[in-house]
Amino acid sequence: MSEYRKETSELDARAPEGPLAEKWTHHKDHVRLVSPGNKRRIDIIVVGTGLAGASAAASLAEMGYNVKAFCFQDSPRRAHSIAAQGGINAAKNYQNDGDSTFRLFYDTIKGGDYRSREANVYRLAEVSTHIIDQCVAQGVPFARDYGGLLDNRSFGGVQVSRTFYARGQTGQQLLLGAYSALSKMIGKGGVKMYNRHEMLDLVKVDGKARGIIARNLITGEIERHSAHAVILATGGYGNVFFLSTNAMGSNVTANWKAHKKGAYFANPCFTQIHPTCIPVSGDHQSKLTLMSESLRNDGRIWVPKQKGDTRKPNLIPEDERDYYLERRYPAFGNLVPRDVASRAAKERCDAGYGVGASKMAVYLDFADIIKRIGADGVAAKYGNLFQMYEKITDENPYEVPMRIYPAVHYTMGGLWVDYNLMSNVEGLYVLGEANFSDHGSNRLGASALMQGLADGYFVVPYTVGDYLADDIRTGPISINLPEFEQAEKAVKDRLAAFVNNKGSKPVDYYHRQLGKIVWEQCGMSRNAEGLKQAIIDINALREDFYKNVRVPGGVNELNQELEKAGRVADFIELGALMCQDALDRNESCGGHFREEFQTPEGEALRDDDNYAYVAAWEYQGAGVPAILHKEELVYENIKMVQRSYK
Amino acid sequence: MNLKLKIWRQKGPKAEGKMVEYPVNDVSPDMSFLEMLDVLNDHLVEKGDEPVAFEHDCREGICGSCSLYINGEPHGPGRGITTCQLHMRSFKEGETVYIEPWRAKAFPIIKDLVTDRSAFDRIVQSGGFISVNTGSPVDANAIPIRKESADEAFDAATCIGCGACVASCKNASAMLFVSAKVSHLSLLPQGQPQAKERVLAMVAQMDAEGFGNCTNTQACEVECPKGISIEHIARMNREYLGAAISYSPPKATVGGD
Repeated sequence: MSEYRKETSELDARAPEGPLAEKWTHHKDHVRLVSPGNKRRIDIIVVGTGLAGASAAASLAEMGYNVKAFCFQDSPRRAHSIAAQGGINAAKNYQNDGDSTFRLFYDTIKGGDYRSREANVYRLAEVSTHIIDQCVAQGVPFARDYGGLLDNRSFGGVQVSRTFYARGQTGQQLLLGAYSALSKMIGKGGVKMYNRHEMLDLVKVDGKARGIIARNLITGEIERHSAHAVILATGGYGNVFFLSTNAMGSNVTANWKAHKKGAYFANPCFTQIHPTCIPVSGDHQSKLTLMSESLRNDGRIWVPKQKGDTRKPNLIPEDERDYYLERRYPAFGNLVPRDVASRAAKERCDAGYGVGASKMAVYLDFADIIKRIGADGVAAKYGNLFQMYEKITDENPYEVPMRIYPAVHYTMGGLWVDYNLMSNVEGLYVLGEANFSDHGSNRLGASALMQGLADGYFVVPYTVGDYLADDIRTGPISINLPEFEQAEKAVKDRLAAFVNNKGSKPVDYYHRQLGKIVWEQCGMSRNAEGLKQAIIDINALREDFYKNVRVPGGVNELNQELEKAGRVADFIELGALMCQDALDRNESCGGHFREEFQTPEGEALRDDDNYAYVAAWEYQGAGVPAILHKEELVYENIKMVQRSYK
Repeated sequence: MNLKLKIWRQKGPKAEGKMVEYPVNDVSPDMSFLEMLDVLNDHLVEKGDEPVAFEHDCREGICGSCSLYINGEPHGPGRGITTCQLHMRSFKEGETVYIEPWRAKAFPIIKDLVTDRSAFDRIVQSGGFISVNTGSPVDANAIPIRKESADEAFDAATCIGCGACVASCKNASAMLFVSAKVSHLSLLPQGQPQAKERVLAMVAQMDAEGFGNCTNTQACEVECPKGISIEHIARMNREYLGAAISYSPPKATVGGD
């Protein structure tokens, strides 16, 4: 083990002192401000235009900063936040069910299995209510009841209804809200938008983040862009697994380049496997499709009690069905958190009770709710999801239960940030799924949208000023500095190497291989032996990749294979770091389940004495173990206990 | 199953394009249409040929990236779906499948099947928003909204900006896209203060981008993967007319002392 474990300094989150409930207000009241006249002299780069990026870019431009925003898609509206289905949490207590900021905070900390930072999570819960107000003001058409007021539903891991939603398209509606705010500021000239641009390096000057190198994906031109601060809101890295619910283009490249330039990568092994996805149907599969967690409000999950039962589901009588979540977790039933539900499904399938052709699926059954409120009632609640399911599987879920299986969905890990959302690289801020901060080792449903918008609308606009107050007399950063020149040259050399490589295998071949290794050894359950082997296999795959990958076409044109090659190269390095992190953490917590560490009932067994820390890794080179830095997690307001949903 | 594909290949925006034939074998009926193209592209790369450029991202029908004119229809056969949700079980053994990019002057071709749809962004930037800055808006429940209005606004707001409406229209009109945004915002009380400016600005930008006019063919509604109704076009026309007659730009205000 020792070769994987070199520790140096401890990290300071710089969370404000004082009582939990007053930290954020006090902090906001005391950070430095930049006056309106001085904001005009300051440039900020925002990479990524999902919920976090679009909301940050719009808000910062409204405040008067010069913002340059970048997205690799053809329009900022296509960022993958658009695909989020279920909803967004907020402690509004509109349902009068006893919800409060504290309860949302507590549920999130507990849901994250006590591996997130207390002060950040409290702030998240605190600003959650403003998000709903802001979105409604922008025209986001949330679901309403007949009195014209906002409706709520319940999500996993909680016992209140605090989830706001817009049918099964909440992410789309929230993103279009943020996109409209961004568009408004583009129209007004406050934001210069660079569509179809991919960030390929971070540029540091005197230790500070001062710009990026980006490739124009249409012309292939390599461009230098400078700023006083750089904000990454580039999403998660679930596509390291090849098959995931992420969009095909979702990637870790921006984060990874920043990591290679010194930004620590925190808790990379904390990935979320979502329990309700449509199972894999064959080798051709390019992505997996989620069925929203909201379905677990009304759907019941079961497998046959008899091993290898091949009868059609509707022919299996009630007393021969095992509603295993209701059996194991009577208090939360089908609404246990995602990590618990996923592991339970895997356990049943591994034990031979799986259903469908592959036997790697369980049933999600709506017969009861259809009996109760009718097919029309169900259609009003979940119509688009049922339709989506039928299109993919050619089966009608109103008549037969859905078949579902867990799939990679979200990554809790990401670049390390302090309370101000600044990484350990000065002037580099990281928002949304791209950072690590709020979800610990397991994210609760409907909390990703909340965090993305909290970071972008209500956190970074305040905290970035504290840093930029030192830059009001700096003047524009020159793009002719040697640091820009060197970074540009490195990017060009790397791209040229890909297209000049005399290999024979397409990029996807390597991506699939990588996905297979990471899924098997660093997926829903992990063990030391498998992780050690995975690191060896991934390093071998990396060497093979650089030797044998084939990238047709040139660098000065739209070249989708070249884009993929760069992304997969970074995923390969990340895969090795994930395994290193998982190997280092000798405990089970949330989505990180080490087979060696479990309770007699098969639940995750944490080791708070030795592992109540954030593991932030410092890059040392491809194939070289990273160096571990720790941020100790201190809970002043809650007691760490074993999570129980029984 | 085995298919014959005829695909539009075009090196760049100014290059001349042509249909090129590719056989694909061992296609599984459970594949999505885009997965079938993935398989074709992997074969092309292995042979040392350039793969076919096409746009796609979420592959679950919501991001609006994928396009493709398949056998003469935007997003291919089938209703209420995008190309990524089209499965190969919709095709027959031995069939010839024609695959072309969106065809519209306002959506110029970049390469192969990839077109430039940034005109849609510029239309939204011209006025497709409610001017509220981030800050301290009123409580979300301060203004109740009739459920019917909220639901209708939602239906309009589900537009994914894919451009199928333009591609299906003989006039390459963007009226369905523009009217969906106009409707979404004007059906909500929050959108009312700017309603006139919005519809005038968006229509002006739509015309400036070179989209054609609406002649009520209704193909857009049929081909829209989200089933957005042409009633929104009627609403936009009413709003536009009203605004054009009654709108007077705000007078410049003089600052205090």
